[in-house]
Amino acid sequence: MATRLDSPPPGIDDTATVLEEHIIDIVSDSGEGAQKCGQSLAGIAARMGNGIWTVEIIPAEIQPPARSIEGASGNRTRLATGPVGNGGDAADLVVAFNEQVLLGRLRAQELKPGCIVLMENMWESNPDPEIAASYVAVRDELVADGYQVYEIPMEEKCLEYVADPRRGKNMFVLGLLCRIYSLDLDLAREQVAFTFAKKGDRVILPNQQLLQAGWQWAEESLDLRFRIPATPPREPRVVVNGNTAIGLGVMASGMEVCAMYPITPATSASHYLSEIFEKVGGVVHQAEDEIAACAFAIGASYAGKCAVTITSGPGYSLKQEGIGLAVMAEIPLVIVNVQRGGPSTGQPTKAEQGDLLTSVFGSHGDAPKVVMGVGDIEDCFYSIITARRIAETFNMVVVVLTDASLATAQQPFIRPRFSEDWLAPPIDQSPIPDGAEPYEWDRDSGLARRFIPGQPKGMHCLTGLAHDRSSTVAYDPSINQEGLRNRSMKLAAFQKTLMPAAVVGDQEGELLVVGWGSTKGAIEEAVERVRADGHRAGSMHLKFLQPMAPGIAEAMQRFEHVMAVENNYCDYVGDGLIDNENRRYTNLAWMLRARTLIDIDCWGEVRGQPLKPGRIEEVLREKLS
Amino acid sequence: MALTATDCVLLSDDERSTIEDYEGGVPRWCTGCGDNAILTSLQRLCRDEQLPQEKVVFVSGIGCSGRFPHYMNTYGFHGLHGRALPVAEGIKIRRPDLHVFVNTGDGDCCSIGTAHWIHALRYNMDMTVVMHDNRTYGLTKHQASPTSPLGLKSNTTPYGADLNPLDPLSVTLGVTNASFVAQAVDWIPELLHQIVSLAFHHKGFSFIRVLQRCPEYLPAFFDPWVQDPARVLLLSHQDGIQPAPSLSRTYRNQEEHDPLDLLRAKDIAAGADAIPVGILYRNPEIPRYEELRKPDRLYTPDAIAKGFEAELDRFTIWPEQEEKEHAAT
Repeated sequence: MATRLDSPPPGIDDTATVLEEHIIDIVSDSGEGAQKCGQSLAGIAARMGNGIWTVEIIPAEIQPPARSIEGASGNRTRLATGPVGNGGDAADLVVAFNEQVLLGRLRAQELKPGCIVLMENMWESNPDPEIAASYVAVRDELVADGYQVYEIPMEEKCLEYVADPRRGKNMFVLGLLCRIYSLDLDLAREQVAFTFAKKGDRVILPNQQLLQAGWQWAEESLDLRFRIPATPPREPRVVVNGNTAIGLGVMASGMEVCAMYPITPATSASHYLSEIFEKVGGVVHQAEDEIAACAFAIGASYAGKCAVTITSGPGYSLKQEGIGLAVMAEIPLVIVNVQRGGPSTGQPTKAEQGDLLTSVFGSHGDAPKVVMGVGDIEDCFYSIITARRIAETFNMVVVVLTDASLATAQQPFIRPRFSEDWLAPPIDQSPIPDGAEPYEWDRDSGLARRFIPGQPKGMHCLTGLAHDRSSTVAYDPSINQEGLRNRSMKLAAFQKTLMPAAVVGDQEGELLVVGWGSTKGAIEEAVERVRADGHRAGSMHLKFLQPMAPGIAEAMQRFEHVMAVENNYCDYVGDGLIDNENRRYTNLAWMLRARTLIDIDCWGEVRGQPLKPGRIEEVLREKLS
Repeated sequence: MALTATDCVLLSDDERSTIEDYEGGVPRWCTGCGDNAILTSLQRLCRDEQLPQEKVVFVSGIGCSGRFPHYMNTYGFHGLHGRALPVAEGIKIRRPDLHVFVNTGDGDCCSIGTAHWIHALRYNMDMTVVMHDNRTYGLTKHQASPTSPLGLKSNTTPYGADLNPLDPLSVTLGVTNASFVAQAVDWIPELLHQIVSLAFHHKGFSFIRVLQRCPEYLPAFFDPWVQDPARVLLLSHQDGIQPAPSLSRTYRNQEEHDPLDLLRAKDIAAGADAIPVGILYRNPEIPRYEELRKPDRLYTPDAIAKGFEAELDRFTIWPEQEEKEHAAT
């Protein structure tokens, strides 16, 4: 049986300060490897049994100007004793490869006042007097404001091991951080070997040396010693980001075809899938555009090979006509929308949940489809498996909404146990019984058996035109009414299979917070914080947005106030011309108000960042006061 | 009980599919519409090849040509304007057993679906594509299409079309991996049928542009060519069409054209007044996308389970005890 490591691991001194959690930012210019450093740090901590959540800090450009405030690239790791479901509020410790990217984090209020700052010190002796002066100014400002600044000779030390320190500093810093946080050096060495596994010993060995050097330097020159106790894992767990989890989900879902077009931030899911899918007989097709990707997936699915198309906002908009066709012709289709800031090109690398209404109501006419939100990394994986099953059971379009924050965030979850039940049955090629029609809609459920090309006696012409049960173009007005009714009825039939919506925290009381998607961890943490102060609050996170689980209105009625909290835009009464007659609500709030007739409030923010528990907490406290 | 030889002949005749077996709904195209000639030709092809009806899929976009699959008693997919080709590619990618046909029009293929047309040529997937080119929009009632001639008066160009027409043959011949390019006309059904048949037997993306008359909006447009056989250039070859002597007596303007000669094909396509009919280009050596992307293993539960576990292993943190066990295996 595993025990909590309240005593330090062997070889670690016990002078370290014991912490519940710390948030560590590592920032550099793009290409200096801060992201790899953060991911490795999180990987090591996860191996030790710590809870982790990582958030990538991404500039919008591939090569932003060096030493610029907007060019900060890197990683935030929230490292804790227990499980964590979000990236937290502000950094407790920041490592910066230059003072400009550090300034970027400071100006964005991502640093806790007075936090620990580890700065690369080479800039002070830069031959360009402006650069040297800039470094000194930022350092002095931080010191004056009470930050605990440590200047680190990263470049100087790395030069002892490698010719190009730009390519090695990140591993030096990793060693430094492993020492500071009392992480196991052997595990760290293994992690480095894993990180560079593809490149072989030629790269692994020098990086392990740099790791060791960083550790050694911290050992000798720094007085920072922390330890965040971990629970060694009892079950195997996997550590992946959300987009990798989606790729794994597609592989295990029984979908054989993925058609896509490159778009940020969805593409990395397809990158990963391209690497692995052919090994199991699947195919990733990079189409000529988003519309073709959707049409290709529809064609494959029509031919019996259920398909997925993975995209982000602008691509999702382009697919709308195809989505309508799949709805109309009742072709199963899974669409993953890794949401980003919108409208238009918006904020391609930034997190937002602005596509809910467009997903529910998108495509012209009445086009009912299933829409699911994804709450964490594990959910990215299982949602895809669920989505394929719903799509093929109900011959429907299923939209899975994740976002830029989940795409790159890492969180350990219990290693899935593969089940053949996840897969689609082999395609039906048996003859269609005499007299059977391609749309024999069941009166109650709207469901009809799907005919797949190759089935003898199933010949018919599928059409996007209004059609009757024999798939013949309908000119009789009652047939159109019947078709729309049946397609709507399928949504109701699916809704009848849903479990009632669960409330986390207090089951009744002052305030119920309702959310969906990637905000799950932050909302639950914020609610816990106000409950710790004696407030009676709960949260309800909706997995299905269309249709919705039963029991939502009833749960809401048990609370004095209900508030939707989302990472999308809403107006606030009193702001400019806004009053109760023209206020526009957050996405889910619109839907819940219409669905429940309950006058719920909402709060939303679109700063391109995942919502932070501290900010939500402030909002809840204001609502409760 | 053993059958007599006569019984066998009668039975096999009975099992042969007839033209009627491939006939779907009654066509609602106008009387005299060139689409009818194409329909007859493709139904004949299915009969000649004895294609099992359930193994045939006709995919179309929107427009008069889009109605085509409704009139076939096979599987049909009447989808979105301009998007027939990517749908057909999706059908074919994992279903090599299906015979895929695409019917598209000059608006569907050369205007709203142009990107898909260019890339479909590049993918070179095995399918037979018929581009019904009547040089106007019919279903939406006479607007200028990309192949409408300069000066054509239509509802959107009441003072005459401003632009020179796009030449689908030249465009097609210019795209990487184009492997079969042909042109037919609705008023010489014998050659239309030969071309359709050659296209069907070509392994790859067979593109046939069929010039067809629109009796409603451009009733006299093709008359100069229909009435003067000298303004039609037959491209004959042992690997191409072979006009019957009776036809050759009418169509004397002929050229022996080797379908492998791409340069000459481009010249012919860009040529002046005479309408070329026949196979401009055919290259059976160009690889097909569905073959290139064919995995070396089938998508079976065992393959998935094995691949999935191997992937999870890359990302797994094992508890100490299990780690040792896992390493041992």
